[in-house]
Parts: sequence; C-alpha cells; structure tokens
Amino acid sequence: MRGFENDERGDDGTNRDPPVDPEPESSVEPASIAVDGVSRSFGDLPVLEDVSLTVDPGEFVGFVGPNGAGKTTLLRLISGALEPDSGTVTVDGVDVHDVPSKRSSQLVSVVPQDTTLSFSFPVRDVVEMGRHPHRSRFSGPTPEDRAVVERALERTRTAELAARPIDEVSGGQRQRVVLARAIAQATPVMLLDEPTASLDVNHQLETLELVRELVAEGRTVCAAIHDLELAARYCDRLVMLADGEIYRNGRPADVLTGESLSDVFDATATVTRNPITGTETVTAFPNDAGVGVRSEDESDRRVRVHVLGSGQTAAGVVARLATAGERFDVSVGPVTSGDTAAETARSLEVDRLEVAPFESLSPADLTAFEDRIRNADATVVTESVIDSDGAGTRRLLEAVETVAGAVVIATRAEDDSSRAGSTTSPERERGLVATPETILEAIRCALERGRESARPLVDFGSSSSDTGSSSSDGDSSSGVSAESSND
Amino acid sequence: MTRPIRTVAWSAGLAALLVAVVVGSAALGAVSIDPVTVAAAMLNAVVVPSGVVVREVIVPGIGVGLPAPGLEYTPLFSFEVESTHQIIVEDIRLPRIALAATVGSSLAAAGTVMQGFFRNPLADPSIIGVSSGAAAGAVAAIAFPALVPFGSLHLSAFVGALGTAFLVYAIATEGGRTPVATLLLAGVAVQAFLGAMISYMLVQSGDDLRQAVVWMMGHLSNSTWGDVKFALPVTVVGVTILLAYARDLNVLLLGEEDAHHLGVDVERTKLLLLALASLVTAAGVAVAGVIGFVGLVVPHIMRLLVGPDHRILLPTSALAGASFLVATDTIARLGRLPLPVGPAIDTPIVPVGIITAALGAPFFLFLLTRREVHSV
Repeated sequence: MRGFENDERGDDGTNRDPPVDPEPESSVEPASIAVDGVSRSFGDLPVLEDVSLTVDPGEFVGFVGPNGAGKTTLLRLISGALEPDSGTVTVDGVDVHDVPSKRSSQLVSVVPQDTTLSFSFPVRDVVEMGRHPHRSRFSGPTPEDRAVVERALERTRTAELAARPIDEVSGGQRQRVVLARAIAQATPVMLLDEPTASLDVNHQLETLELVRELVAEGRTVCAAIHDLELAARYCDRLVMLADGEIYRNGRPADVLTGESLSDVFDATATVTRNPITGTETVTAFPNDAGVGVRSEDESDRRVRVHVLGSGQTAAGVVARLATAGERFDVSVGPVTSGDTAAETARSLEVDRLEVAPFESLSPADLTAFEDRIRNADATVVTESVIDSDGAGTRRLLEAVETVAGAVVIATRAEDDSSRAGSTTSPERERGLVATPETILEAIRCALERGRESARPLVDFGSSSSDTGSSSSDGDSSSGVSAESSND
Repeated sequence: MTRPIRTVAWSAGLAALLVAVVVGSAALGAVSIDPVTVAAAMLNAVVVPSGVVVREVIVPGIGVGLPAPGLEYTPLFSFEVESTHQIIVEDIRLPRIALAATVGSSLAAAGTVMQGFFRNPLADPSIIGVSSGAAAGAVAAIAFPALVPFGSLHLSAFVGALGTAFLVYAIATEGGRTPVATLLLAGVAVQAFLGAMISYMLVQSGDDLRQAVVWMMGHLSNSTWGDVKFALPVTVVGVTILLAYARDLNVLLLGEEDAHHLGVDVERTKLLLLALASLVTAAGVAVAGVIGFVGLVVPHIMRLLVGPDHRILLPTSALAGASFLVATDTIARLGRLPLPVGPAIDTPIVPVGIITAALGAPFFLFLLTRREVHSV
C-alpha cells in the first residue's frame, strides 16, 4: 500500500517539484500550547474530561482516536472557538479564551474539516480573508498582505485557481484553499481537523509534506488525523484520545501498538514497521477472531499452535493467530531473521525460533523445534516448506511427522485450490489445508478430529460442511478443505 | 481591474444614474419642466452653512422665549429659474424624490446586510420583524390615536420597528449567544403575532382603514423636508458604519466559527450589524411605510452584477436601491408609466409598494428561471 502511494506520487510529475523555499515573511515566532485540566460537555454528555497536554514550539502533534473520542472538540477548545467548562488553554502564554478573537486569531489558525463556502468568492479573496486579523478596519491590503496571500497560493498549489470562484473548485482543491488561508494567517500555531480527509492519495502526502515544511519553519501544529499510518509517518508525537481522555501520549511507535488499538479502537490489529517509510503500519482484522475455536469442555484452555514456515503465508498465519484474542499461544520457527514472518512475530511479541540467514540448522535449533511442536496442540506447516527439497527442511518435516499432534497446512490465499492435492505428502494426507484467513477454523477442525480418533483424520466431505466453507465440492476450496486419507 | 477600482467605477456609474433619475423624475409631473431648468432649480436649493445666529426659541408648554444658537444657511448658486418652477421642484417634488432615494438606499443596504448575515437569499430588511413592528405602531397610531402617547405616526412606527427588532433579538439570545437560526424563527413567530394584532386593529379601525392600508402598502406622498431630515442622517450614518464592517460581513459568510478563527468578534459584530440594519430599515419604514421587494431584489441584482463581496456589493446596492425607488415612485406619483401614451391609474394615491412589488416580482422570477440567483 505504501509502495503504491509512492508510485502514485512518482507518476505525477507535477507533484515532484522541490518545495518552495520558505521566505522570511512566512516565518513565525515559535509558540507553545498548554492545555491544563480542560473539561467540556455538551448538555449532559461529557466530551472531554480533565485533559492536560503541552505541545512544544515547532512540534507536530497528531490527535488520533476513534470517532467521538473528542479530537475535534479538543481542537476547538485550543482554537478558542469553544469555551471549556473548566481548565485553561494558553498559546504562547496567552489564555485564548480570555482575549478578543482578533488576538487569538493572530496566534492560532484553523483548517476546519468542512467549510461552508457555497458562494462565489474568488479563491484569492478567500485566502485573503486569512489576513483579516492583521488588518485595520479602514485600510486596504498592504503590499505585505498581498505577498503573503500570493505565497500561500503558491505553496498550496492553488495559484492557478486564484481567479476561480470557490464554489466551482473540487472538494480537494477547496481543502487546499482553506489551508492556504490558514498559511496566509501567518500564525505560530496551526490546528488542522482531518486535513487529508477529502484528498486523494498524492494530495494527502503533498499536504502533509507541506505541513511538515511549515513545522520546520517553526510553526506548532496539532492535527486530528483519522489515518493512523499517515499520523505515524508525519507527526512527531501522537496523542491518542479515547472516551474524552488522553489514553496515550508519546512517540508514534509507543502510541500505536496492538494493545492500544485493541483498547481504544476495539479492533484486532497488528502494528508493524513499514519497510519503505520505516514508520508504523496498522493492519486490522475483523473482530470476530477466535469465535468458534473454543469447545465447551475446554473453553478456558489456551490452544498452543506452532507455525513452521516463512514469508507471507507464515506471517499471515502468525498475525491471525496472535490477534485472535487470548485464545492462542503462538510460536514460530525456525525462521530466518529479517524474514517477513520473523518481523511480524517480533512486532506481535510472538515466541520465535530465529536462525541467522544462510546458516544450516543446528542440532540445538532442531531440538528446540521438536520441543515446541511436541507441546503444541496443533502445528501449522506452510506449503512452501512441504514443497521444499532442502535437507534441513526435510529434517523438520520428519520431526513434524513423528511428534506433532494435529497438523494444518497453510497455503497462500490465491492459488490454494490449484495446488491443493497436486502433490502428495504425508502431511497432506493427514492434515487440513487452509489459507491464513481460514486458519482458525482449520485448527478447530484439526483439534476436533484429534479428539475423536487417531489418524487417519476425518472424512473430507463432512468436515467441509462443519467449517461452513462455501465450496460445494471439496477440491475447489476457497475456504477450508480437508483431504481424506487413502487408508 | 482590482477591487477598489471596480468599487469606485461601479459606485460612480450608479451615482451618475441616480442623478439622472432624480433630475428626470423632478422634470415629470402635472407640469412638465425641462431637465436643464430642473437641474438649475436643484442647484439653487443647495445651501451651505454661512454663519451662526442666535434666535429666540419659544419653549413649548411654558411659552417663554429663550435664545438658542443656530446655523445660518446661504444658497450656493443663484441660477435664473421661474419662481413657480423653483417652488414645484424645490418644495413639492424634491422632498418626495429625496425621501425615495433615502428610503430606497436604506432598504437595499439593509437587505444586503440581512442576506449576508443570515446566509439566506430570502432574507430581507424586515426578516426580524422590523416592518411588522413599524406597521403595528403606525396602525395603532392611525386607528387608536388616543392609545399612542406620542402623536406622531412616524415616531410610533419607528418605535414599533426598533422595539420589535430588540424583542426578537432578546428572545433569540441565550447565554450571550444569538444563533442565527433561532433569530430567524423568533422573527417569523413575532411577525405572525404582530400580523394578528395588525389585522385586529384594522378590523376595529372603521373609517381609518383606508389610511392604514395605504400606509402599509408604503407610499411617499405628502413627503416633506422634515421627513428627509429625519431619515437621511440615520441612513447615511448607518450605511457608513455598515460599510466599515463589509469585510467582517464577508468573513461571517464562512460561518461563525471560521469567522471567530479569522479574528471577527462574532457576537458583537452580529449585534452591531443587526442593530444598524434594523435602525436604517426602521428609519425608512417609519417615514414611507412598508415598501416591499426593494430590499430583497436590489441586492440580488447587484450580486449578479458585481459579485458577493460586500465591500463592493453594499455601496452599489445602496446606490441602486435609491435609483430604483426614485424611478418606481415616479411611476406611482404620475399614476402611470412615464411614457407619452399609456394607461393611467385613476387613484389619488398609488402606494409605491404596489409598483415595486408589481415590477420587482416578475423581474425576480425572470432571474430565478434563468437560474442566476445563487445562494448568498
């Protein structure tokens, strides 16, 4: 996904112009923000409760959190648009609720999520409104006002729209015009409410790059950002809000964790490091994970699963199991350090047996592997392992054959049907085949069979209906399929 | 063309149009006077203060004369004009024309402000009940003179207008905030109530019914220089202050929260705009009655011509409104279109409000069907 964004950006030559050099007139004195014990309710509904926060001069802080967490309310309280029920907000030492709006608007500019601009002012006039706080009632615009407006138009790439009526430009262009207005306001603090919400992917990046530039010039920026990955990528610090309180406040890597996402967003998600940007990537899973795995008599017991394999498939299986609530103890390995599966396991704090790249398997590693599969209720083997001819892999598979309990074969999502059953192996004969998405059901099947009888495992046709797989015939398994044994 | 130059050019053009309309109007009537003579007579009427004199003023009620300082005026020009023509122009036609210009510009300016303020193309100067209040005051003064403590019809209408505006504002304000939507609805409700009161008074008014109805239609007959001396200063001061807030009005179009972020003291500015627009409207309505459509149509037409920027829209609307009402009142005064031939309306007084609505509504509908009337 991230790679795609970069490609998109690269394809569009006009977006790769170097940023315009900041000029003195657009630089501002840095200012800090101090939110102290602020509470606010709407009617009987408390929206923010005792929120305290400081933002350092020249910092870019992102407000993240689920809908209704209070991000916009916090921005409105900082801007002075909304009076707090209790607590104070100071910007550069000035209480924004205690000064006329003319003064506070010289300190704080705001890019609201949506602006009502349904009348035909030319774009340039709308940007010029950003100079309102700096002008006296009776004077026309000064040359400086004009220069600041023109530069704001250039920096947001809206200069070519300057003469167009604002109600005739697109939603994304309008968003940039409003950003230009805020830039023209030349305030030390800028507040952005979902600045990228209505933008396409390259304009999102362009806008946030511009915001970073503004931060580099000394502006202090707070932004409510829905997109966690963009927030992690561009913000110095994230403030995660939940139910009107600050849940976490810190570096993106510390704020965006599987735990915090599960607590705040009620989502099952993994946070991994994006190999291209080096920032956090969030992958969410449907929240029904683990449903159907427990059986009546063993409802409280955790299921131990070991994963043998590498690459995408193993990573997918590990992520699915590790994020399926508290039901699984997952381990993985042996896996080469730096492999996708190893990285996923690391980010999810999954027990893993890592080996150095290009080294053969040591006896100690093999023993450790055998211990794990012996203790595991189920072992998942990826198809690539089964198809491999390497001597080390063969030894691992022999160990699986000897000591493992239930075995499930994990196959890649796309081409499982064509490959399932194409080669025969002992594992295929006794195991189940599933994609990472359907691995939970496959493990449940495997465990139930293990209880009912020793191998050979259950007849294929009946299990297919058990698992709720939609496939009408067994071979074309879009979901889970089991392979009957020849015995 | 930059905006200041456009503003000046449009204003100059519309001022020239106003002068032409005024001269043309003063030339027309039962006695036709040629425009050059009219212009000369009008210039003869221009006076300038030339000194201070002390006059004896009789204090009413006590009957004692007290010396009071006053300004002495001298005519600036003395062109050769036949004295009957000078009297017809200066004392008969010009007061009415000046009052029409004053009321037209006050209604158009107030309408422009209200449409911007409410961000609603249907807003007119009376949207918060100013006209209804004026009508209630006027009808009360006509039908029940004994009940109105101040004898003057104009004063009664003026007090009724401002009292209603204040009442609506007070009803809509809570905790220092006046939501525009509440204001609008409070205005509608108060107008409905006053409408009932007016209808009741009309039913009870007996012989005064005709006078009351003519007043409510809006008319400028029997205008005097005294009316102009009352309405003109209020309009000039009010519109001038409104012009100084044209940029704030622009920013308010973005919505109140954005306006706050751009340094507009929203509640104070709203109060000021509302108070001035209502004052200007009240001054016009008090002397001329309820003249409809000027305050609704003229701002729309000017918005089509010059755009939505109040820095140019407000002064040009005020000037265009003046020309519009002078022209329509001329038709009302003549009782027919100022053409060599045409139907004459055989009534002693044609309320100008009938003419403005009769001409304004079709024109507005024409614009509407051309889809040229945008939201504000």
